[in-house]
Amino acid sequence: MSARAFAVFIAVLAVIGLLGYGLLNKSADALEPGETVPATSLPNLQGAGSGSVADYRDRWVLVNVWASWCTPCREESPALERFHRAHRDRRFTVLGIDSNDLSGDAVSFIREYGISYPQLRDGTGDFAQDELGTTGVPESFLVAPDGRLVLHRLGPVTRDYLDSNVVPYLSGEAKQ
Amino acid sequence: MRHAIRTVVLVAAAAALLAAAPPEPRTTLPDVEDEVMCPICGTALNLSGAPQADRERAFIRRQIAAGKTKEEIKDALVAQYGTEVLAEPPKSGFDLTAWLVPAAGILLAAVAIAIGLRRWRRAARDDEDAQPPDSEQPLEPADAERLDADLARYDL
Repeated sequence: MSARAFAVFIAVLAVIGLLGYGLLNKSADALEPGETVPATSLPNLQGAGSGSVADYRDRWVLVNVWASWCTPCREESPALERFHRAHRDRRFTVLGIDSNDLSGDAVSFIREYGISYPQLRDGTGDFAQDELGTTGVPESFLVAPDGRLVLHRLGPVTRDYLDSNVVPYLSGEAKQ
Repeated sequence: MRHAIRTVVLVAAAAALLAAAPPEPRTTLPDVEDEVMCPICGTALNLSGAPQADRERAFIRRQIAAGKTKEEIKDALVAQYGTEVLAEPPKSGFDLTAWLVPAAGILLAAVAIAIGLRRWRRAARDDEDAQPPDSEQPLEPADAERLDADLARYDL
C-alpha cells in the first residue's frame, strides 16, 4: 500500500469513526412498554448518597421527570403528592427525577409543594434524555415491580389520569 | 544599621504599593453569561429568554453577590449541569479533541496547499525547460512554404 493510499484510508476511517460516534451519542428513543427501565445510579437530591429505579424492584414506581423551572410540573405536583400519599402502602411510590435543574431551586420547589416522595438528581439531564428518552419535562413512567415499563405519559399527569390509568395496575385489574 | 533601616524602608514601600494596588474587578453577569450555555435551550445563556435561563442567571447573580470569581462561578455551574453548560469545551480529556481536530485540520490543509503549490510550480518550471520559446520553434515545412508564398505576394 502506497503512502498516499494509506493516508486516504486513515482519513476515511477517521470520518467513519466520527460519524459512528455521533450516531452513538444521539439521544435515545423513548423507552417502550415492556422494556426494562435502566438502573442507573443517581445522587439523591437532598442529602448524601445515591439511588436508582432498581432500589424499588418489588414495588410499583411512578418515575416523574421534572424541573423547578417547568410550569406544568408545578401544576401536576399536588396531584402526584396526593396520589403518592394515597397509595404508598400498596407497594407503590412516586420517584421524582429532577432533571436539568439547579439543586437549590429544586429543593425550594419540594419545600414549597410539601413533596414527600423520594427525589433523585439528574443535573445534566443525561439519564432522562439518553436513557429514558424524554423529550421534555414533565414526563412520567410507570414501572412494574419487575422493573419493566408499563406506561409512559408525555406532559403533566392529572388526578383523573392517575386514577384511570395507574390505579388499575396497582389493584391488579390491568394486565402488564 | 544603615542597611537594616534601608531594608525596613523598602519593605514598607513594597507593602504600601501592594495595599494601593487596585482590587480585582468584580465579576459581572454579562461577563459570565456569554461563556456559558442554557443547557435546555441549546444556546448561549445571553441569547436565551427561557424560564430555565432566568433561573440560571439568578444562580449566577447569587454567586456574584457571594464574591465568587468568574472561574468559580463556571465551576459551580459545571457542578450543577455538567460540562455541557460551558460554551467552550474544557481543554482536557476527550473534550480536548474539540480543540485539537480543527487545529490539526488547518495544519493539514496548510501542508496540503504548500505541497500542491510546490508541485504546481515545479511542473510549470519543467514545462518551461522542456519547450523552447515560441519564437525559436521551427515551422513545419508546409507552413514555412505557405509563409514564404504569402510574403512573396506582398513583396513590393
